[in-house]
Amino acid sequence: MYPDPIEQGLARGWKVIDASRLVRDLVLEADVAIVGTGAGGGVTAEILGAAGLSIVMLEEGPLKSTRDFHMLEAEAYRQLYQESASRKTLDNAISILQGRCVGGSTTVNWTSSFRTPPATLAYWQREFGLGALSGDGLLPRFEMMERRLSIAPWHVAPNANNELLRRGAERLGISTGVVRRNVRGCLDLGYCGMGCPTNAKQSMLVTTLPAALERGATLVTRARVQRLARRDERALQIEASGLAAGGIEAGTSRVIVRARHYVLAAGAIGSPAILQRSGVPDPGQLVGARTFLHPTMISAAFLPERVNGYAGAPQALYSDHFLDDVAIDGPIGFKLEVAPLHPVLFGMTLPGFAARHAELMREFSRAQVVLALMRDGFNAESPGGIVGLRRDGSPVLAYPISEFIWRGARRALLAMAEIQFAAGARKVYPVHEDAEGYSSWRAAKAGIERLAMKPRVARVVSAHVMGGCGMADDPRRGVVGVSGRHFHVENLSVHDGSVFPTSLGANPQLSIYALAARNASLLARELTGRPAPVVA
Amino acid sequence: MRDSNIRMFTRRDFLKVGATGAFVLASVRLGRSQPVPSHRDGVMDAPALDAGAREVLAAIVPVMLAGALPADRSARSERTAATIDGVDHAVAGLPAHAQRDLRDLFTLLGFAPTRWLLARVRRPWREAPEREVAAFLESWRASGWALKQQAYQAFHELVFAAYYADSESWPDIGYPGPPVLD
Ligand SMILES: Cc1cc2nc3c(=O)[nH]c(=O)nc-3n(C[C@H](O)[C@H](O)[C@H](O)COP(=O)(O)OP(=O)(O)OC[C@H]3O[C@@H](n4cnc5c(N)ncnc54)[C@H](O)[C@@H]3O)c2cc1C
Ligand code: SF4
Repeated sequence: MYPDPIEQGLARGWKVIDASRLVRDLVLEADVAIVGTGAGGGVTAEILGAAGLSIVMLEEGPLKSTRDFHMLEAEAYRQLYQESASRKTLDNAISILQGRCVGGSTTVNWTSSFRTPPATLAYWQREFGLGALSGDGLLPRFEMMERRLSIAPWHVAPNANNELLRRGAERLGISTGVVRRNVRGCLDLGYCGMGCPTNAKQSMLVTTLPAALERGATLVTRARVQRLARRDERALQIEASGLAAGGIEAGTSRVIVRARHYVLAAGAIGSPAILQRSGVPDPGQLVGARTFLHPTMISAAFLPERVNGYAGAPQALYSDHFLDDVAIDGPIGFKLEVAPLHPVLFGMTLPGFAARHAELMREFSRAQVVLALMRDGFNAESPGGIVGLRRDGSPVLAYPISEFIWRGARRALLAMAEIQFAAGARKVYPVHEDAEGYSSWRAAKAGIERLAMKPRVARVVSAHVMGGCGMADDPRRGVVGVSGRHFHVENLSVHDGSVFPTSLGANPQLSIYALAARNASLLARELTGRPAPVVA
Repeated sequence: MRDSNIRMFTRRDFLKVGATGAFVLASVRLGRSQPVPSHRDGVMDAPALDAGAREVLAAIVPVMLAGALPADRSARSERTAATIDGVDHAVAGLPAHAQRDLRDLFTLLGFAPTRWLLARVRRPWREAPEREVAAFLESWRASGWALKQQAYQAFHELVFAAYYADSESWPDIGYPGPPVLD
C-alpha cells in the first residue's frame, strides 16, 4: 500500500471539518477565505499560507485520498466529479467533465501540462489589454510552478494509444510533440482520471493543499458556498451550506466565514454562479458570459492488434498542427490528443445500442481514440456560452454551437480519421449518431462530408471549462483585472480558470497554476506588506 | 439590482419539452393518483426510482444490452436486475434537478396514454414485446424532437454506465480490470 499523505496529516492534527456532519452552524474568521480547492485555489492557499496569512478553504466536494482511489469507474465518477460526471450544457449537447472533490479537477485530470501559447497571450494583449502577461510576463511563474509540481517531458515510451497518433501523423507529415506531465515516480498505470493511487500525480491534493494545511490553514469540505454578503464595495462574509449526508444536496447546517479578503476559485461555471447568486454588481452582464469549453470531437479507430488504451500514461503525445495552420482568429483550430479508455466512459460514448453497440464494445481492447479540442473564443462566431442559474440556484451552462464551430468539427473528424487510417486502423468511427464505421480513408472522407452536424447527433464533450469571469484592463470588457481583482468589490479576487477571456488552445492546468501564483503573490504582498514567498 | 443581473433558466428551457410536452406533463401530474416519492435528502442510496420506473427499465435494459448480456437465461436476468439496481444507484447520486427530470420522464412513460402517444408501446411495459421496445428506442434515438433525443441519451448513458461499471462485464470486452498494486 502507498502511504496516504492526507491520512497522515489528519493524524498530525490538520484542521479539516466535514460540513455535512455539523450539528450546529459554524462561524470562522481568517485573513483570507478561499472558495474551491482545485488548480487556482490550491496554489493560492499555499502561497498565502507561506506568507503567514491565516486561511479558511471551503470546498463543496468530499476529501478523498490515496486509500480511496481504487481505479474503479464505479466509484470515481460519483465521488470525484461534478454531477457524477454527467454534467451537460443546457440543451444536453455537450458533456462536461469537472472535478468536485478536494483538489478539484486536478485530482482527476490527466496530467498534461502546457504553458499558455504565446499566440493566445498576444491575442489577449491586443483584445483585452493584458500586456502584463505577454512576453516574459508569466515566465517566472511558469518556472516556479513547474519546479513545484515536477513538470517535465514524459520520459517513458508512450502507450500504443498515443504511439498510433504519432505514427499516423508522421506518415502524413504532421508533427507531434511529447507531453509534459506533473508526476513524480509515475508507474505509468493510466488511471489518473480516477484519482492517482500512488501519489505520483502532483495534483493539488498532494502538493499545495497539504503545504497549506501543515501551516495551519482550515479546510471545510462538503460546504457549498451559496453567496457572498456585501455592503457596497466590500464583501462582508461568505455563506455556505453544509451538504446533507448523501453529499449531493444542501443540508440544513450553515458555515459563515468572515475574512479581510475573499478569493473565488470554484472553477468556471462555479465561480460565476456564486457571483450571480450574490447579486454582485455586473453592469455589463459579463458574469457567466464568454464561458469556453475547447469543444472536443472524438474519433474511435479499431486496430488489428490490441491497443489496451486503459494502460499507460493517458496523454503522452499531441499535435498542434491544426492550431498552427490557421490564423488564431480565422477558422477554428484544434489540438489533437488521445483519450484514455475505460469501459464506462467508452460505453457511454459509443453511439447506438443493442448489437451495434455490443459489437464495438467487444473490440474495446483494440480501440484507439483521438480527440480534437477546438480553440473557441477567438472569433466573433465563437462567443462561448453563458452560465445561468436554475430555480434551485444550481448553475447550468447554455452553449449554442455555431455553424462556425460545426465547420471546425467536421474538419476535425476528417483530420482524425485520416491520421487513424494512416496509422493502420481497420475501421474508423467518428463519434456521431449517424456514422457507420468506415473501412478506408476514402469512404470516411465521403461519409464525414455528408454527416449532419447538429447538437446531440454529433457528439461533443469537454474537460476544459474556462471563462465566465473574464479578465481585462477595463470593467466594460471584463469582470476582473489582470491581477484577478474584481472591478466592483474591493476585497474580492477570482483565481481560477474562469478568468480567461478566451479559451487557451492548450490544456489549462499550467496556465491556471501560473496565473494563480502571480496573483496570489501580488495579493500576499498587499495584505502583508512584505515580498511574497517563493514556494519552489 | 439583484435579480436583474441573474439569468434564470427554467426547467422548461432545460427539458425543452415545448408547449405540447409541458401540457402533457401537466396533465399527467394532475391525473396521477399517488404522489411520486420525493427525493429523500440525506438518505444515501434510498431507492431513487419507484416501481413504475423500474418496470420501464426492466423493458428497456435487455433491449439496450442485447448482444452484450449473457445468453444463459438465469445469468441474463441476474445481470438485468443488477443493471437496474446500478441505474437506481447512479440516479441517487445525481443532483436534484437531474433526478426530477428523470422522474418526470419515467412518469410520462409509465402513464398509459402518454406511453402510447410518445413511445408507441401499446401494452404495459412488462408485457411489451422486445421488438416494440427496440422500435421505440430507435425512433427516439433518431428523433428530431429534443425531448426524445435527450431522453434516449439519458437511458443510453445510465444503462451502459451501469452495465460496464460492473466487473462481470469485463471479460467479454477484453478488459482485465485495474492492475494490482503491492
Ligand atoms: C477528466 C479531466 C481531465 C483533465 N485533464 C487535464 C490535463 O491533462 N491537463 C490540463 O491542463 N488540464 C486537464 N483538465 C482540466 C484541468 O484540470 C482544469 O482546467 C483545472 O483543474 C481547473 O482549475 P480551477 O481552479 O479553475 O477549477 P477546479 O480545479 O475544477 O476546482 C474547482 C473546485 O471548486 C469547487 N466548487 C465549485 N463550486 C463550489 C461552491 N459553490 N462552493 C464550494 N466549492 C465549490 C469544486 O468542487 C472544485 O473542487 C482535466 C479535467 C478533467 C475533468
Ligand atoms: S499514470 Fe502515473 S500519475 Fe496517473 S494514476 Fe498512474 S501512477 Fe498516477
